[in-house]
Amino acid sequence: MMKSKKKSIWVFGDYRNYYQNRVTLQLLSKAVDLAQTIKAEVCALVFGHEIDEWIMEYTAHGADRILAIDDPALKSYSTEKYLAIIENLAKERDPEIILIGATDFGREFAPRLAKRLKTGLSADCVGLDITDDGLLLQIAPSFGGNMLAEIVTELHRPQMVTVRPGTFKEIPHNYTRKALVERLPLMKKLPKSRVRLIEYERSVEKEHTIENASVIVCGGRGMGNRDKFKKLHDLARLLGGDVGATRPVVYSGWADHGALVGQAGKHIKPKILFSFGISGAIQHTAGLGEADFIIAINKNPQATMMKMADVAIIADASDVLKTLIKELKKRIRE
Amino acid sequence: MLNLVVCLKQVPMVTELPWDAKTGTLRRDLAAGMMNPACKHALEAALQIKEKFSAHITVITMGPPAAEEVLREALALGADRAILICDKLLAGADTYATSLVLTAAIKKECPKFDLILCGAYTADSETAQVGPQLAEELDLPAAAYVEKLEIHGRTLRVRRMVDNFRETLEMEFPALVTVSMENYRPRYTELMGLENAFGGDGVIVLGAAALGINASLFKNKGSRTKVRKVFLRKTQKENVILQGTASAVVTEFLNKYQRKISTAIGKSIEGKLNDEE
Ligand SMILES: Cc1cc2nc3c(=O)[nH]c(=O)nc-3n(C[C@H](O)[C@H](O)[C@H](O)COP(=O)(O)OP(=O)(O)OC[C@H]3O[C@@H](n4cnc5c(N)ncnc54)[C@H](O)[C@@H]3O)c2cc1C
Ligand SMILES: Cc1cc2nc3c(=O)[nH]c(=O)nc-3n(C[C@H](O)[C@H](O)[C@H](O)COP(=O)(O)OP(=O)(O)OC[C@H]3O[C@@H](n4cnc5c(N)ncnc54)[C@H](O)[C@@H]3O)c2cc1C
Repeated sequence: MMKSKKKSIWVFGDYRNYYQNRVTLQLLSKAVDLAQTIKAEVCALVFGHEIDEWIMEYTAHGADRILAIDDPALKSYSTEKYLAIIENLAKERDPEIILIGATDFGREFAPRLAKRLKTGLSADCVGLDITDDGLLLQIAPSFGGNMLAEIVTELHRPQMVTVRPGTFKEIPHNYTRKALVERLPLMKKLPKSRVRLIEYERSVEKEHTIENASVIVCGGRGMGNRDKFKKLHDLARLLGGDVGATRPVVYSGWADHGALVGQAGKHIKPKILFSFGISGAIQHTAGLGEADFIIAINKNPQATMMKMADVAIIADASDVLKTLIKELKKRIRE
Repeated sequence: MLNLVVCLKQVPMVTELPWDAKTGTLRRDLAAGMMNPACKHALEAALQIKEKFSAHITVITMGPPAAEEVLREALALGADRAILICDKLLAGADTYATSLVLTAAIKKECPKFDLILCGAYTADSETAQVGPQLAEELDLPAAAYVEKLEIHGRTLRVRRMVDNFRETLEMEFPALVTVSMENYRPRYTELMGLENAFGGDGVIVLGAAALGINASLFKNKGSRTKVRKVFLRKTQKENVILQGTASAVVTEFLNKYQRKISTAIGKSIEGKLNDEE
């Protein structure tokens, strides 16, 4: 067997929809960084049927090696089949690190894989690095969101983490890159799935599209109540933007789940972000990407959101909102 | 008779609830524990099964002594038996260790289970790892994020939404599901029931030793991850601070950044300074 002697960082190729594929590309980019420090190769795993498109894509985005299994038996995603395949490959090749996108699939699959490989798993890392002693430094939110924890898996390999889509930035594709593509046969004793897929369909529910808005008006618990919160829509309309919300606000029913910004919701990258009455917990700010220009309005100047803002307005959020709407109506010329 | 096990976790309410409007900070003094919301949904799913078929529900939690409260709440709601796994040795367990301990308890106390129900995730750390890892430990067919369960004989049929796909899955008992918060809206606890449940005994308390877990074993087989450091994140940016009445700050803001805003919104707000009002 061609066992690679070099250390290897594996990235699970999760390609079922746009977001899944993007998180894979983002992880490849991070893997390329990490690989430089520990002198490893970046290896993408691609399982499915008719997968050449993904092999090309992951090569162009930084993979040095691709482990590909192309077989009709893998036509649809299956946790149990993928588990058996990767367990097998990992035991044979000893990857140093495995990175998995925190999609719904990844979040169900990764913990089981970690358990099978008898290793640890850090969920939803917001940063990854290499420690002085050569370990994967897994940085994850803790204590409600203003603290970060540095986690390591000292003794067990592979070191495994999941990462939410939008946390890292993909590198631009380069279709002249080459990777070593190993096309592997499906393992002989692939276990039969005990979970039978009876029916599946792509949901037609329309997704809220705040991800692409160039102006976003976000509101948090500091808006006070539902009616005051609704006024954010007036400002968003004037600015041709969209409304985002924090989790307590969504839980209170002031906004739809589609408006949730953060780790558990949408990742946004607006040119201008207004942040009304938001404290700035990391689970929220993790979704802010690189907002170009942030204006925060908060009564508390010490709030993290105020420190992260380019313009920090110390005032009552609803008062500023009302006045801003009134002023803008006077000033805007189409 | 169906044998159901529901895994419950007590979580603090801090991250979302008590919040001091005056200081804008969390009221840690009000940080009482509560039953994790997704666990409540899992319990509700079990209760609905019990209403339809003949079933026996065991609830299990691993946690500090105070975690007994969530078990009592579950008993008041209709669970039949409650197990608290409580031991200093287990404090700080990661999900690898947590699922190991829960497995030991299930094997000891209810080896003949048909279905294990977990919440999809917790509100405090939200790893969503414990359910899938339990399934692995117990070698069970499993599905996460389940919205609806149907039982036909020994076959479990579930519906769920994952990554924008609506799926219907089937598996045979014994099995494990993690229940999402889409459906199975939890019922309210009747005050009477709650008081009765708090009054009686009926909660079985197990230490690590009772589960065959000792310190040296736990060192080898327990947590894989280690927290090296916890730190405050750096966030201070070089920024402009505006303070004053709403109308003063808004005027100052718009005058100062009119060009930037005009460019971003593709409409002009420039030129017209605050001559009217
Ligand atoms: C695992 C996990 C995942 C999470 N995922 C997300 C997520 O994806 N998105 C998310 O948003 N949250 C998420 N959270 C919750 C997150 O930790 C915070 O609780 C949440 O972001 C806080 O929302 P907030 O800023 O609206 O409320 P708070 O933290 O309560 O802040 C309110 C702010 O308003 C200010 N304020 C109060 N009154 C006024 C006033 N009259 N005028 C001006 N300012 C005022 C206060 O000073 C304060 O800064 C998650 C939590 C966990 C544990
Ligand atoms: C901020 C923070 C981050 C953490 N990150 C990680 C991490 O990345 N990796 C890691 O391995 N550990 C992590 N931990 C440790 C982890 O919280 C514990 O292992 C915990 O016991 C279970 O994880 P969870 O709360 O995320 O459960 P989840 O997996 O989200 O819980 C899902 C379901 O599992 C069941 N369940 C979970 N815990 C219990 C319990 N104690 N008793 C009974 N049933 C239970 C419940 O049904 C629950 O609804 C973290 C802890 C904190 C505070």
